[in-house]
Amino acid sequence: MNRYTARTGTLEGVMILVGILFLFPIYILVNLSIRPLDDLSSPLVPTTNPTFDNFVNAWNQAGLGGALINSAIITVVSVALIVLLSSSAAYALARATARWSTVSFYGFMIGLLIPFQLGLIPLYKTMSQLGLLGSLLPLIIIYVGLRLPFSIFLFVQFLRQIPLDYEEAASLDGAGVFQTFFRVVLPLVRPVTGTVIILNGLFTWNDFLTPLLYLSGSGNQTIPVAIYTFVGEYATQWQLVFAALIIGALPVLIAFFFIQKSLIQGLASGVKG
Amino acid sequence: MQNNPSAQAATGLTRPPRARARRGSRYWPFILPAVVFYVFVVLVPGIQGAGFSFTDWDGLNPSFSFVGIDNYIRLAGDPQAVRAVLNTLGLAVVATVLENLIGLLLALALNGRLKSRHILRVVFFAPVVILTIVIAFLWQYIYTPDGPLNSVLRGIGLDGLAQNWLGDPKIALWSIAAIVIWQFSGYSMIIFLAGLQSVPAEQLEAASLDGAGPFARFWYVVRPLLAPAITVNLMLSLIRGFMVFDQIWVTTQGGPAQSTDSLSTLVYRNAFQYGELGYSAAIAVVLTVFVAVFGIVQYRYVLRSGVAK
Repeated sequence: MNRYTARTGTLEGVMILVGILFLFPIYILVNLSIRPLDDLSSPLVPTTNPTFDNFVNAWNQAGLGGALINSAIITVVSVALIVLLSSSAAYALARATARWSTVSFYGFMIGLLIPFQLGLIPLYKTMSQLGLLGSLLPLIIIYVGLRLPFSIFLFVQFLRQIPLDYEEAASLDGAGVFQTFFRVVLPLVRPVTGTVIILNGLFTWNDFLTPLLYLSGSGNQTIPVAIYTFVGEYATQWQLVFAALIIGALPVLIAFFFIQKSLIQGLASGVKG
Repeated sequence: MQNNPSAQAATGLTRPPRARARRGSRYWPFILPAVVFYVFVVLVPGIQGAGFSFTDWDGLNPSFSFVGIDNYIRLAGDPQAVRAVLNTLGLAVVATVLENLIGLLLALALNGRLKSRHILRVVFFAPVVILTIVIAFLWQYIYTPDGPLNSVLRGIGLDGLAQNWLGDPKIALWSIAAIVIWQFSGYSMIIFLAGLQSVPAEQLEAASLDGAGPFARFWYVVRPLLAPAITVNLMLSLIRGFMVFDQIWVTTQGGPAQSTDSLSTLVYRNAFQYGELGYSAAIAVVLTVFVAVFGIVQYRYVLRSGVAK
């Protein structure tokens, strides 16, 4: 199957063309972001005198520094908790044979079908009664609760394919359940852990509606909210806006370039029948 | 919470061989923290939300009264809500079908021998990792009447195709659907690519030696093996499609003339702009029913077809 024929060559040409067309919006984004504010030529024409001023101005005016730190804290803490709680819950759900384990598994899976909007208002009310509005804490709590079902699903699917031999060997050697979990199971599920980290990291970093609600009126903001506010104020200066958009997108894009291989492999283990 | 000791004991007695030392009581500390977060964030607010849909609560006033199914009756007779229901269904179905079709074609093309396959995979997946609101603002600009898209169309002599993409109530919703499809086709592609890793090359080769054309090869060899990937993909895009919010809120806020309102934007507007918490909750319940019904139906259907062939 490894012949590179004329047909393969044609397909390659077509796909490269499709790829270039696909990147058209990104070209516009980058092209405008490096353009001086007084350059009013068509956005399709490549910028002749590129500048990085827009990035500096956007960074300072949008307060992106503080927003980046907030987004990073929220993402790192939420994802760490999600990985720990969902892998341990999945371990219990995949290994315990008692009836509560099946019932709890379906209980969690119901969560996949409940849209966040249903609980949006009651939860907001509860958080405000607890005096948590404006801080980062409710966001972390919400992301953990919200993302557990999907993460548990991925871990359980994977754990069910792993033979019990390793764990039995560990328990014969006298390891307790906790030791077995941390020393044997966690290393075994590493491929899915990667997927869970990436998908939840993306979700948490990207989420716009929750911080918009919970941080509004406070000095705190996350990257999406900072960008939303900034665009509202500078809507006509697209060059500045696009520079801010690139700053917001860059951290994840860079991370993605380094991990794309393991992401595909990790997802592969999640969808094997 | 589901910890019924007698049920546990019964299970332990009826299944001795596999149950050696895994009756389950040792495992509950592992699941407890997850249950606490899940119950606090998803289950309790969800049930409360469903409860509020039977009240006239405005969100501020501590007192409110039960109004039965009044909110649902109002919803059925509210053209704006009916429009939002149709928009949500249309957006979810169109986005799901096209995302998966495009994602599948991309995956099939980039699974093979192309020299540029690695870089092209990154290219098509890239929108997934860009902030949704960045993508929404970018496309809002691309769609402006004198913006890049219309410039290109006019430049290649297709003036007739140039539109007021977000300003024309007839097409605004589909312009937004195009954003969602552009954003997430790469996500389908990655999951299909992952699924294709389990299709053995020898099997494809054998089929091809038997004289099977590309379509027959796909239908009889690849498709059955892709069943898990198809299930996951359809589920993910449907749920995403039903809940689209950012892309609409940033580009049109539901306009022009409410033509792009979805159930998500309607929930948000009624709750946080109009102070109609009870009504907003009823809309959220309708959204939940849609997601649940579509989710379960498609899951069972795909499962059955995957097993049958």
